[in-house]
Amino acid sequence: MSGFDWIVPVILTVITAATPLVFAALGELITEKSGVLNLGVEGMMLVGAVTGFVTATVTGNYFLAVALAAVAGGFMAFLFGILTLSLMANQVATGLALTLFGVGLSALMGQEFVGEPVEALAKLNIPGISDIPIIGPIVFGQDGLVYLSFVMVAAVSWFLYKTKAGLILRAVGDSHDAAHSIGYSVIGIRYMAVIFGGAMSGIGGAYLSLAYTPMWAENMTAGRGWIALALIVFATWKPGLVLVGAYMFGGITILQLHAQAAGLDLPSQVLSMLPYLATVLVLVLISKDQSRIRKHAPACIGRIFHPAA
Amino acid sequence: MNLKHISTLLGAAAVAASMLVGASASAEDKVGFVYVGPVGDHGWTYRHDLGRQAVQNKFGDKVKTTYVESVKEGADAERVIRKMAADGHKLIFTTSFGYMNPTLKVAKQFPGVQFEHATGYKRMDNVSTYSARFYEGRYVVGKIAGKMTKSNVIGYIGSFPIPEVVRGINAMILAARSVNPDVVVKVAWVSTWYDPGKEGDAAKALIDQGADVILQHTDSPAPLQVAEARGVWGVGQASDMVKFAPKAQLTGIIDDWDGYYIARTKAVLDGTWKSEDTWGGFNSGMVQLAPYNKAIPADVIQLAEDTRKGIEDGSINPFAGPFNKQDGSVGAAAGSALDDGTLLGMNWYVEGVEGQLPK
Repeated sequence: MSGFDWIVPVILTVITAATPLVFAALGELITEKSGVLNLGVEGMMLVGAVTGFVTATVTGNYFLAVALAAVAGGFMAFLFGILTLSLMANQVATGLALTLFGVGLSALMGQEFVGEPVEALAKLNIPGISDIPIIGPIVFGQDGLVYLSFVMVAAVSWFLYKTKAGLILRAVGDSHDAAHSIGYSVIGIRYMAVIFGGAMSGIGGAYLSLAYTPMWAENMTAGRGWIALALIVFATWKPGLVLVGAYMFGGITILQLHAQAAGLDLPSQVLSMLPYLATVLVLVLISKDQSRIRKHAPACIGRIFHPAA
Repeated sequence: MNLKHISTLLGAAAVAASMLVGASASAEDKVGFVYVGPVGDHGWTYRHDLGRQAVQNKFGDKVKTTYVESVKEGADAERVIRKMAADGHKLIFTTSFGYMNPTLKVAKQFPGVQFEHATGYKRMDNVSTYSARFYEGRYVVGKIAGKMTKSNVIGYIGSFPIPEVVRGINAMILAARSVNPDVVVKVAWVSTWYDPGKEGDAAKALIDQGADVILQHTDSPAPLQVAEARGVWGVGQASDMVKFAPKAQLTGIIDDWDGYYIARTKAVLDGTWKSEDTWGGFNSGMVQLAPYNKAIPADVIQLAEDTRKGIEDGSINPFAGPFNKQDGSVGAAAGSALDDGTLLGMNWYVEGVEGQLPK
């Protein structure tokens, strides 16, 4: 390998590793900003992954596949909403149950599709432009979902901090009693935020089964839903930092694989630990500055809203 | 509710009741399986579950097979195995290396239950061990890889640096260098048996580092898919994965547990089960090769077949000397070969492997 030739393939690999995390974490960010903690991300991703895969296999329509993956993830989240928002079940326990349920449900749905490959999601290819060295393949050679993930980061950022609806959502998350007393439907708004979170997890899952590793295998998320949850804390509930975190997380994972393949004399167990170590380190650093966390963390997270109280 | 509905309900209740009676009367023997991955992994666990199904088909209603999938190695495994033993299973197969100590612990408390632990080395009166000589398959694959590589770099995705995996890497590179002395192997450890995304990423990293044959000791077909997409070669792991890489799969190393599981179940039914150690290779049918890729030249296929037959009839030993360890010291001298004890504890690389073996 001469010069910097290796950089492009590394970046391309990092992008595919980070994209599912970006989707899932952004969705959960909105959910949490409304004051709801849904630990079922892993389960919703799996159901999205299998729905996307089955749809793509049966219809060959990838747009429909991603759309239905979002619907399936959203439906899972809707179930979570019924239990926690309407029936006021404990959010932590219900979220964990949702993950377990999603693992089983997705395995059941995908039973007939194990061992069947599918064509990978098409990548953008503009003759001439996509061939420009370095910039071409990275900026103009991705699949649609990668571009969508960046659009969603901007959109979520804009929604939360530049729109009235975003302000209301944050108000509901910070003080549901106050929001309720000035006439906002706390439960209704939380339903929407929860369903949005589920839909985004579904898309993240579909990215796994259609683009990252175009196949269906049980439990193929392998813990990415939990990483997405950690990323939100890591990012102190800021959409831009979610993006940074996802790419850093993906980047360290990929770089350690490259370091090994290049024969760098580092113990692989330590290298595998690095992304998690980095997360813990950042958590410690930001926790020293309490005001930063207090400013962005939704104050009502995980608390059940009783309208009568 | 009309009469028809009621009679249907009554009928259903009667059937259910008779099934209950039937279940308690027939005292069928239960055989349990504990899996480390999901049965749908299309690799390691998938092949064990085919073995379970073979047992079920063979013995029909004389036995009842059950399984628990995706059981983490460690405390979780102990809980699952104990539950199975307490539930009246006569024979329990625990199918991952990390189940070794949990299996022994539970076996001590249930002397009347027979246990079979895959890929381990600790036995008791009621604990057998069994494994397959996958390295024999990897040796044949090494011959093919050595002939097919143009860059002279083979990429190898490792799960954990345990003797089982190290042995496969060594067997492969010894074979590859016997036909092409310039070949080296680069290893990327992913610290998991099953994570399609990470396995695929490791394959990409190895290809980016110049590898044009990707081998794996992890369970998903993701590395093969990457090989297919990048136009390099790959080899199926545990089962035939040709659907994922019709152009790239050279062959596949297939585990076949059906015969062993049927024989051991029969031994329990006949009352002849004894604790023993089984380590079968090509000659036992436990290790098989998937059909060769049509793109492999005829003389290379001939070489591979000759090697396979030689191992099967005992005329070829993959770990016959002379060869050196990675540090240049003698691995095995000319005229000698490594014994099974050395193979089972193998914790060093042979010449031709790049990088340090993680300790």
